[in-house]
Amino acid sequence: MTNETFTGHKGLQLEVPLLFEEGSYEKAGVDLPQPSGTKSRLGDQGAEHAPHLPAFTEPQAMRHFVRLSQKNYAIDMGIFPLGSCTMKHNPRLNEKMARLPGFADLHPLAPEKTAQGALALIHELQDWLCELTGMPAVAMSPKAGAHGELCGMMAIRAAIVAKGEEKTRTRVLVPESAHGTNPATAVQCGFTVDKLPGTEDGRVDLEAMKAKLGDDVAAIMVTNPNTCGLFERDIRAMADAVHEAGGYFYCDGANFNAIVGKARPGDLGVDAMHINLHKTFSTPHGGGGPGSGPTVLSDALAPFAPIPAVVKEGETFRLIEQEEGDFADSFGRMVAFHGQMGMFVRALSYMLSHGADGLRKVGEDSVLNANYVRVRLAEEMTQGYPGPCMHEALFSDKWLKDTGVGTLDFAKAMIDEGFHPMTMYFPLVVSGAMLIEPTETESKASLDEFCDSLLGLAKAAKAGETERFKNAPYFAPRSRLDETKAARQPKLRWVEPEEGAMAAE
Amino acid sequence: MTTKFTKDHEWVRLDGDIATVGITKHAAEQLGDVVFVELPDVGKSFGQGDDMAVVESVKAASDVYAPVAGEIVETNGAIVDAPEGVNDGPEGDGWFVKMKLSDASQLDELMDEAAYKEHAADA
Repeated sequence: MTNETFTGHKGLQLEVPLLFEEGSYEKAGVDLPQPSGTKSRLGDQGAEHAPHLPAFTEPQAMRHFVRLSQKNYAIDMGIFPLGSCTMKHNPRLNEKMARLPGFADLHPLAPEKTAQGALALIHELQDWLCELTGMPAVAMSPKAGAHGELCGMMAIRAAIVAKGEEKTRTRVLVPESAHGTNPATAVQCGFTVDKLPGTEDGRVDLEAMKAKLGDDVAAIMVTNPNTCGLFERDIRAMADAVHEAGGYFYCDGANFNAIVGKARPGDLGVDAMHINLHKTFSTPHGGGGPGSGPTVLSDALAPFAPIPAVVKEGETFRLIEQEEGDFADSFGRMVAFHGQMGMFVRALSYMLSHGADGLRKVGEDSVLNANYVRVRLAEEMTQGYPGPCMHEALFSDKWLKDTGVGTLDFAKAMIDEGFHPMTMYFPLVVSGAMLIEPTETESKASLDEFCDSLLGLAKAAKAGETERFKNAPYFAPRSRLDETKAARQPKLRWVEPEEGAMAAE
Repeated sequence: MTTKFTKDHEWVRLDGDIATVGITKHAAEQLGDVVFVELPDVGKSFGQGDDMAVVESVKAASDVYAPVAGEIVETNGAIVDAPEGVNDGPEGDGWFVKMKLSDASQLDELMDEAAYKEHAADA
């Protein structure tokens, strides 16, 4: 039978034109009669014509977006092994709690005394975050990971200014395996970035770091576990060394999932660390919801924490809105209101439903799962660094050498197998990196299906079946896209085809 | 005119006291299709190893370091307008900048072609 259909649809895979192609200027969701007896007060200064926006009937609009949503891949459909992203299941209980009208319908400007429950929730979440990290203070308002980094580095900058050292302490040390946001944040705060080399086994080189320390060093920014999925075993010595040199220790908490309930950053000598609620504490992300990046602060940085902040006075909760009292030295305000309330509700639901023992199990199982994947895949693939990993397993492309298949081709073939690909080409310290983070969500059966499929693909690549990879994915709604052309000659806006061209078709 | 190479995969070729700098064929292959190049302004000075330019491919964005210290005297606008030039001739028409050296002896610290080939094969 033919592969072509009259409609262009393929079974349940329905084609979706652009809104501009599908809509028309005459249709409307609600058809109201033209008002009569009104007169424009703009005289002849009114718009010459209505804006050219396509309009739809309600069922048309519904079908457009439902069809698009069916082309999506989501954690609710299968394993989402993106490294450094912690794509875990978002429990439905969290959603139910976030939709309680007392939280969902609350206006951010509601008077304090009418919002005591919401403020109490933020306060309780603060307590949990401080307890889990062993830190004395937390700023709740940052809206995502990089925003939390900015909060931490602004607090560090404020502390340096308070000591009168802002002219001299200008250098920030960042490992070469860091998330790109780390150096970007440092530069945003007016620092210069100095790269820290790694060791043969994928950690920060402690001696090289010590050699770079001096009275011009403002801070080090280190991710732990790092972006190679490895625990920085010298972290305590790094913290001591930077403190001795008069600098501060910023820890990127993106990978906190691996150590939650097991190790407390406060005990490791950290001065500031952001926590991605949307990673470790299961609030939706990656198109599913906004992030939230509360930032914990040490005693040295706590006085500079941003406002607003929730405090408890007797039995009453207050939102500190001004730089006063304990917050007199605050570096100021990062956002209009108190932060991502919906995410706070979800994160606290997750914490309360897991409990302290459950959260410890989260950390343990995420590491166990990653090591299971690591050992199984190492049969065919080369590990980035030898030895066990934490929450994510890193592979290089060495095993693909001379096969004619690259990391990108391998990842695209995974789409045909029904998986979202892993993180590719990051961290940069490993050639053709493939970074796999299964999270604790996946069962052994799910991990086995994933590993069996990747091992099958690996054998096919080594056996010279390049056809399978070259233009993959073959089964996705769209096959391989020309990413180069898209980047070199991007089409950034839809242009209405000319009438003549339409008629000629 | 000999060409010298850095461990970060830049090449530098000296002609009189002007050095032409670019990224190596190996680097261009590793990056894949280059889609964006950012070059420094003419007249700007760099120390050896300073971030000098940015090259971005579909895979990654990388800094290009000054292999030797000096002042920029000319930049290759052609690869800014058409970044594919970097892939087409990384060690020829796809050069990045020309710089006036402040210390020619720094060239002696860099690798020759044979040493670089070995270095690239290891990477």
